[in-house]
Amino acid sequence: MSKADAAAAILWVGATFYALFGGADFGGGFWDLIAGDAAKGERPRALIQRSLTPVWEANHVWLIFILVVLWTAFPPAFSAIFSTLYVPIALAALGIVLRGAGFAFRKLVVTLTGQRSFGAIFALSSVLTPFFMGAVVGAIASGNVPADGNGDAFSSWLEPLPLLIGAMFVATGAYLSAVFLVGDARRAGAADLERYFVRRALAAGGVAGLAAAAGLVELHAEARYVFDRLIDQGLPLVVLSVLCGIGLLAVLLRGGRRPLRPLAAGAVVAVIWGWGVAQFPYLLPTSLRIDQAAAPGPTLDIVFIVFAIAAVLVLPSLALLYALSQRDLLEH
Amino acid sequence: MIPFDPLPLAASASNLLAAREQMAFTLGFHIVLSCLGVALPATIMVANYIGLKRGDDAAMELARRWSKAMAVTFAVGAVTGTVLSFEFGLLWPQFMDRFGSVFGIAFAIEGIFFFIEAIFLAIYIYGWKRLSGWAHFWSGLPMVITGIGGAAAVVAANAWMNQPQGFTLNAAGEVIDTDPLEVLLNPAFGYEVPHMILAAYMVTGFLVASIYAVGMLKGRRDRLHRLGLLIPLTIACIATPIQLFVGDTAAREVADHQPAKFAAMECIQETGTHQTEYVGGICTNDGVKLAIPIPDLDSFLVGWSADTKVIGLNDIPADERPPANTLLHLSFDAMVGIGTALLGLGAWLAFVWWKRRDIPQTPWFLRAVAVSGAGAILALWCGWIVTEVGRQPWIVQGYMRTEEAVTEAGGIWFSFGLVLLLYAALGTTAILVLRGMSRRWREGQPEPEGTPYSPPEEAAP
Repeated sequence: MSKADAAAAILWVGATFYALFGGADFGGGFWDLIAGDAAKGERPRALIQRSLTPVWEANHVWLIFILVVLWTAFPPAFSAIFSTLYVPIALAALGIVLRGAGFAFRKLVVTLTGQRSFGAIFALSSVLTPFFMGAVVGAIASGNVPADGNGDAFSSWLEPLPLLIGAMFVATGAYLSAVFLVGDARRAGAADLERYFVRRALAAGGVAGLAAAAGLVELHAEARYVFDRLIDQGLPLVVLSVLCGIGLLAVLLRGGRRPLRPLAAGAVVAVIWGWGVAQFPYLLPTSLRIDQAAAPGPTLDIVFIVFAIAAVLVLPSLALLYALSQRDLLEH
Repeated sequence: MIPFDPLPLAASASNLLAAREQMAFTLGFHIVLSCLGVALPATIMVANYIGLKRGDDAAMELARRWSKAMAVTFAVGAVTGTVLSFEFGLLWPQFMDRFGSVFGIAFAIEGIFFFIEAIFLAIYIYGWKRLSGWAHFWSGLPMVITGIGGAAAVVAANAWMNQPQGFTLNAAGEVIDTDPLEVLLNPAFGYEVPHMILAAYMVTGFLVASIYAVGMLKGRRDRLHRLGLLIPLTIACIATPIQLFVGDTAAREVADHQPAKFAAMECIQETGTHQTEYVGGICTNDGVKLAIPIPDLDSFLVGWSADTKVIGLNDIPADERPPANTLLHLSFDAMVGIGTALLGLGAWLAFVWWKRRDIPQTPWFLRAVAVSGAGAILALWCGWIVTEVGRQPWIVQGYMRTEEAVTEAGGIWFSFGLVLLLYAALGTTAILVLRGMSRRWREGQPEPEGTPYSPPEEAAP
């Protein structure tokens, strides 16, 4: 594996963590959005808020990690993506601001109107942000980002595949979040909420699976290079993802208790790495290869060192945060 | 579908202005919050330590309240910081394309600090009830270290833009090799980093103290308010004299390495010795108007002798001179003036404390503290105007012009307008929410529990 490939792998590791944890946070906002009126939605919303409060900022840092690794290790790719897809990227940034602010402010206002307004801002932007992020990823996979950047600002992402991937991002976040919340409801001893989120996990899983299947069809039509490699070199990962999805479905339908989270995470992780394998050796299929975009060696070495430090310092710290949060040692 | 066409030159110049305005505005907004992210943890830790060590309930209550306020400022800071990361690509894609592999090195390191800060900040803020006193205290310490480390890394990136080094270009102007240590430890690192970290401690200290000064002026003179004034004010007053020394060194370094910036901020038109120091005034091509002139002082400050030669704008090629010289000059003078006034405030406190072991009793002292927070923020903004506007027309001094870096995307004025509205709402709401928290604490009301949207009929006991 070349240095450039290793840096790309680090980028994908960041994307994996962000999809799992950031994705689940977005999904929490989705369930908040459709939880119904104040009376009906109170308990699910309280559970969602409890799960999100101590961890959402730390989870959000994975996005910064992805951006920084992308612009440091692969500057031309960063520039090409941002100068082409600036419309969905700017909308995602807008969503990030509204979502963070809405969530932080909601807990601190006392009036019902205030809570509702900030809650609505938080929940709506939790749906729009992953949608536009998915559209960006879909546009990249479709090969709509030229290596020199400045691609068409609208037709680059207003196509079936990017929009489908956007929908898939929303559904996948909702799916992950519902599965995580099943566990949280169980720990809180709320059997009705557990069933509530089991039903939602099944529905979201179904929608995510449908979006993925439709995505495959569109991939075949719009992004042949990626499709061909996905069903060839990427096939084991596709199969793994499907198996994890079916396994989880079986566990949920039987009312089983575990393993829920590993299966849900496995289904998502396999798709992300399947996408990586399918794009390889391109960062922007099929105009910019990983080795063409890579920064000089000493800069990549810094990325490796930073990643090693992250593995030694950040991951245990994150584990501590999650452990404290899961044992209810943190307020919410 | 709007087909993309290369923009005509006029549109590109308009993009440049819009992009610079948006960057300046979002950075100016974020920098206040990052100051709090850097220095509020240490301020809280001091109160927490006093509270634990001496069993001081007022100090503990302050630490608890400040950490709850920090939850708000950190959340807003995290999202406005994310916007800045996006803006590197949205507004300056050519800059990132050419120099991302160099400029990014410092940010990669900053990422680690920010990550750890976000994690331990969450543990500290939400660990008040269920972690034991000292365990909780120690969980907060990583925030102090990572706040300083993160600031050092980000400012290293800005310092590199002022005094770039540590990279090799090929004939086409592409970066083909980098030396990360040279990039990080560029000549401007040594003075920009301490200057910013001290500024963060001053802004935080004076700002928090000013809130309690207002409370004391309204007659709230309990121990909580006195400690709430004294702890942050002491920290800020310790930072201030060091800051004046660091800032003085920084100005000399700028005179040596960025003569165009120095000439603009001091309004020096002609190269020569025996340069006059102008305090205030308006810079014009034929001298400074309406200023207080002090003969020879500028030369003396640069080289400890009136015979020191200082480069004037006449020796800088016309297309490499910074714009808005009066703005630069007045910003520089305002920063130095406010810094000096804050030094005086610190001396006042120190003198009275030495004499009577108490804060000065006159309301004029409290009034001075009450405006010191706004003053420190104004000085911070002025300093960044000098650094950033003073570097123009360069984005990377001597290597890349800002006009070469700017995006060709359409709609930047529209996006700037939207950002103005969004941030105005964000800033106003954050202040209202913080004031609401403060009122509830004062009135002894319970904080809202974690049940969003609880309908009123159920909320009633």
